Amino acid sequence: MNLRALLSPALALAGLLAIFAALLLGSTAMAPERVLAALLGMAEAAEHTVIWQIRLPRALAAFAVGLALGGSGAALQGLLRNPLAEPGVLGVSASAALGATSALYYGLVALSAWLLPVAAVAGALLATLLIALAAVRAASVVTLILIGVGLSSFAGATMSLLLNLAPNPFSLADMVNWMLGSVANRSFPDLALAAPFIAAGLALLHVARRGLTALTLGEEAAASIGVDLLRQRLLVVAGTGLATGGAVALAGAIGFVGIVTPHLVRPWVGHDPARSLLPSALLGGLIVVLADIGARMAPSETELKLGVVAALFGAPAFVWIAMRRRSIETSEA
Amino acid sequence: METPSLGRAAAIPEPIPGLTVENLCVQAGCKPLVENASLQLRRGELAALLGPNGAGKTSLLRGILGLAKGASGSVRLQGRELAELDPMERARQLAYLPQRRPLAWPSPVRDVVALGRHAWGCAAGRLGAEDAEAVHEALAACDLLELAERSVDTLSGGELARMHCARAFASKAPLLLADEPVASLDPKHRFKIMQLLRDHVLAGAGALVVLHDVSLAARFADRLIWMKNGRVVADGPPAETLDAPRLAEVYGVHSRVTGNRVELEGPL
Repeated sequence: MNLRALLSPALALAGLLAIFAALLLGSTAMAPERVLAALLGMAEAAEHTVIWQIRLPRALAAFAVGLALGGSGAALQGLLRNPLAEPGVLGVSASAALGATSALYYGLVALSAWLLPVAAVAGALLATLLIALAAVRAASVVTLILIGVGLSSFAGATMSLLLNLAPNPFSLADMVNWMLGSVANRSFPDLALAAPFIAAGLALLHVARRGLTALTLGEEAAASIGVDLLRQRLLVVAGTGLATGGAVALAGAIGFVGIVTPHLVRPWVGHDPARSLLPSALLGGLIVVLADIGARMAPSETELKLGVVAALFGAPAFVWIAMRRRSIETSEA
Repeated sequence: METPSLGRAAAIPEPIPGLTVENLCVQAGCKPLVENASLQLRRGELAALLGPNGAGKTSLLRGILGLAKGASGSVRLQGRELAELDPMERARQLAYLPQRRPLAWPSPVRDVVALGRHAWGCAAGRLGAEDAEAVHEALAACDLLELAERSVDTLSGGELARMHCARAFASKAPLLLADEPVASLDPKHRFKIMQLLRDHVLAGAGALVVLHDVSLAARFADRLIWMKNGRVVADGPPAETLDAPRLAEVYGVHSRVTGNRVELEGPL
């Protein structure tokens, strides 16, 4: 019981420590006291710049992306009653990336910087809505995952098409950035553009949390104990759309965070979707910050992509969860 | 240990309401599933809903709850149209055990039972005193106190059935609709579940229960409501509505009926 109450504070603290560690590490390591001095504005100009212009916005961006993806994963899993649901797997992230790249390379962003996150959110919302509609019609887990695979492929193909057709120069490297995700070179203005969407999305998911617990009983019973199913679906669709869209606008499509964190958190909260929401988000933040440290520190010529690091750990975890799920399903049926 | 049924009797709010269904029709596309069904359910009464597969029993329950699309007619709860109540208010008055009872996560039994308090605005993690008491009473009534912290994926079919009953009882709703609560249970658990429903009714609730076991219905129910082809064809106490011609008409089976005893002999 006490452990449960301590879970979120402990994860939040770990997240802060990880962000601090991200400030220490880099091409030139900095001692903790010099990082603190730079944070407080008492360091020399070069160090101040490294911390405030490069490392801090990057670490915060990683944390925000992790919060959004972890929270969205937990909410989608609760809504669809499926431990394999996640923005990346269901094609929500790829659709958001498609929205963002369309806005970028058709010059919409020149009109207003806000159009980048708005386009990403629009892509994410559209994909989430499609998934939710499909979930109403075909309750099958496999069908949903396959629709996600289809959406991802479609978004990827459309992005390649953009590559050929776009009036603005659009390189393969850009596309790789959007498909694999990275928080390199993010600035505070970038963060400020995405954060409102992420915050609004997570707030909506927080409102929807009790209905997610009720959905443990299935939709019919959940409706009978007082859940307004339509409202519940809309809240989760809008919440994950906003949060995932914001995260993708900031860092591109990073997969598997949303699938792994709820899975790790669930046993600690009695498998309650409502109580797994906040810890999943915080753990997502922690994991992405750590993954980004890994991406920066890996001994390679060019820096690893954050999404590559996430997938290297996340994809095997996905397979493992999927294989374990079979046994539960057969015993239920 | 306290006596749970007395506790529940005291806690279910007065005055005695009832459920009145008039001319309820449920359609799926153009196909009528329920046609002009009318019935009443009072508190302190256990009514069994009988009929062959596809007679429209589940559709009737879903129509009553407002869960069926394409339903028309009037369903009143304490004199108020059910459709006008918000979902939470309806859930506090009317509990429902659906036929399919999937559980998405291996939650602890106590948390699932606590979902019965959802409509009272509480979450499993933070139960108010009254909610915690209702959950405890429901667990005790269904003989689940020792299993309360167990994960639902470790329970047997009979234990799961008891847990679902406890979830419905914890809501303290004065009326309960249960769709085949004893399906796929062994004889002992069938009696156990029916006895739990009987106790719930003795404590002042009203229950409408879909059953396929006519003998069980005759033994435990105050009233039998017979359905065939989407229509209610008879409604009354077992002594008045249960006989061999009725079983032949509704189920298409040969039978011998003596009092409450039913012996099915084969298809017509």
